[in-house]
Amino acid sequence: MNLHYLDNSATTQVSEAAANKAMELMRGNFANPSSLHSLGFEASKELTKARETVAKAIGADSAEIYFTSGGSEANNLAIFGVAEAMKRRGNKIVTDAAEHSSVYDPMQKLKSMGYDVVFLKTDKSGKISIDEAFEKIDENTVLVSVMHTNNETGAVNPISDLSNIIKRKNSPAVLHCDAVQAFGKTPIKVAKLGVNLLSVSAHKIHGPKGVGALYVKKGTRLIPQHFGGKQEKELRGGTEAMPLIGAFGVAVSELSVEASHNRVKALNTYLREKLSEIEGITVNSPKDASPYILNFSTGIIRSETMLHHLSGDGVFVSSGSACSKGGKSRVLTSMGLPDEIIDTAIRVSFSKHSTYEDCDALTESLKNGLKNLARRK
Amino acid sequence: MKEIVLIKLGEIALKGLNRFSFEDALKKNIKSALYGAGYFKVKIAQSTIFVIPQGEVDMDEVCDRISRVFGIVSFSRACVCEKDMNDIYAKAPEYLEDALRFAKTFKVEAKRSDKKFPLKSPEISREVGALLLEKFPHLKVDVHNPQVKVTVEIRDFGAYIRAGAEKGAGGIPVGTGGNAAILISGGIDSPVAAYMLAKRGVKLTAIHFASPPYTSERAEDKVKRLLMKVSRYAGPIEMITVPFTKIQETIKDRCDEELFTIIMRRMMMKISCIIAKKYDCTALITGESLGQVASQTITAIACTDDASDMPVFRPLIGMDKEEIVQISRKIDTFETSIEPYEDCCTVFTPKHPRTKPVLKFVRYAEEDARLDELIEDAVENVKAVTVR
Repeated sequence: MNLHYLDNSATTQVSEAAANKAMELMRGNFANPSSLHSLGFEASKELTKARETVAKAIGADSAEIYFTSGGSEANNLAIFGVAEAMKRRGNKIVTDAAEHSSVYDPMQKLKSMGYDVVFLKTDKSGKISIDEAFEKIDENTVLVSVMHTNNETGAVNPISDLSNIIKRKNSPAVLHCDAVQAFGKTPIKVAKLGVNLLSVSAHKIHGPKGVGALYVKKGTRLIPQHFGGKQEKELRGGTEAMPLIGAFGVAVSELSVEASHNRVKALNTYLREKLSEIEGITVNSPKDASPYILNFSTGIIRSETMLHHLSGDGVFVSSGSACSKGGKSRVLTSMGLPDEIIDTAIRVSFSKHSTYEDCDALTESLKNGLKNLARRK
Repeated sequence: MKEIVLIKLGEIALKGLNRFSFEDALKKNIKSALYGAGYFKVKIAQSTIFVIPQGEVDMDEVCDRISRVFGIVSFSRACVCEKDMNDIYAKAPEYLEDALRFAKTFKVEAKRSDKKFPLKSPEISREVGALLLEKFPHLKVDVHNPQVKVTVEIRDFGAYIRAGAEKGAGGIPVGTGGNAAILISGGIDSPVAAYMLAKRGVKLTAIHFASPPYTSERAEDKVKRLLMKVSRYAGPIEMITVPFTKIQETIKDRCDEELFTIIMRRMMMKISCIIAKKYDCTALITGESLGQVASQTITAIACTDDASDMPVFRPLIGMDKEEIVQISRKIDTFETSIEPYEDCCTVFTPKHPRTKPVLKFVRYAEEDARLDELIEDAVENVKAVTVR
């Protein structure tokens, strides 16, 4: 049976070159980049190279990149780091209800600590409303955190508008953007977005799990959230995860953002057409969403049932976001979708390696499932 | 919509007959700063430089690079229009949307250098202002303190719409002020000194003294990275690394400990003069600031100066550390400068260096140390690499 992996927003396959780099930095030059000897110097060159590669990919300076253990840690560091650094300036924080749990949960924590956390409403696709943001962001707001591309629907938020609003309303707010689902998939330039902080992750772009980075614009103050060691300019102590960071760098250098985007766009259009031929299917992703994510609902078969059926046919997708298995999708709920849509949502996510055959296999298996599976009550 | 960058020249517009050579140098420097960012036509007309992208480019990157070219007072991105009010009406709202959407107040200013254009400047301002108010009804006009100043320029070859202008790096174009060699160790001061003379048009060569194994390859790499930062302003820099170990060891062996620093610095001067001449430089630059350390007292500086047969520029001489740090942060060398590697100036430092050395005795001590041959050796074995 051929395998059709269409769950690339959960994670991707590590590229060969990236895996080789990790191996090289475990077995070959395994030195600690902080060591003063020449092996250490060689390792530190690898670290610098990876940092420069990541920086260049988002139009930043390499001194603005801080490696973390992944997107979630980057988000945590950004949110708690700013909240602590800015606590004398105000205690209002603006975010939205469709954020990934690594933003949403820290926000709940801050709320319980007494911060005034405002959750912007999102529309049916998961996008915030700029008018509401304009109304809520004010002189007391110290942090605005909104994701770039929604991990469940692919909806893209107007980040640069937020940075304009912050300027125009004379707000001291620091703008953080979780760009984990956008990085490497759509051209991202931090200056264009106007963000102070931006989180990215390696394993969504054919790098290894366990590594990500936080972009911190020069002049943005963050309080470290864990201590011990002068690494990452004392913002994130601990010996650098060289095999992972090196592999991350390689994965980034292998990106061809535009070419992949166009390819995936064609696939997305193709799959949307195929799905429109099947009766009863509702596409939840907006038209202008990231082409890498396509969320739809069958309306009659429970997500998990369908997921296992598809998996039996070698087609691997996700029911809502992989991080929130069990409960109803918070994101889809926040979008105000009806229960039968939420309960039967399927997320397909592409990578540059996805093919038309993958789409065909999915639609075939989907049709069979719709015919034979027990309906949702 | 076609976007270009308009660049206003600084004091070079005031130069007399030399003006063209200044303009040519600036044009060349702009092209070199944009190397690798796409293809551009760069032309000068009406004391403005036009940077016209040929094909897709990242305009943020372009502006970022232009912001560090010396000789520019201000620059701005602008949208190119036909010299026709209808085309201006058609393009202005769309082009200005980003700038105006969240602004509260604005003003339109027109500059008509082509006097054949049917509308006069105040009329153009009024018409465009009215149109923008119609498209963005939330705006208010504020002619004194607008948040966004929209400028419509009617020039010889076209009309241009822009929102505000950014400050340029100032100074005069690198290359028009002759050549000089900067002595760079890796601290905070020397990159700043280099930057300051580059700002006055000086093309730089860098001389670095390395003393392996007392100093590491990391220290050398650090200097290279510092020069990379400086080169974003100063253009490509030739970095000459001088092997200095033997000289330092010999001084330590044969001279009075208290005189170590002063003699070492005199050696650096002597060697630098020889190298500087080889690279067509007519002056040396150092990051010395009066009274900062023992070797930077007036008497010590006089003593070091005696070893140089070239003028030595010390642009930081009257500055406080805090002021120097401020500039180093601005040019983004500070964070690199404070990386903690040993450099040649900190190796063998005496406990109590002489702060008031007497030149006569220093010269005697130096002669006794018989260093001439070692100087020749060092000069012959330098390593050169271009940093950009």
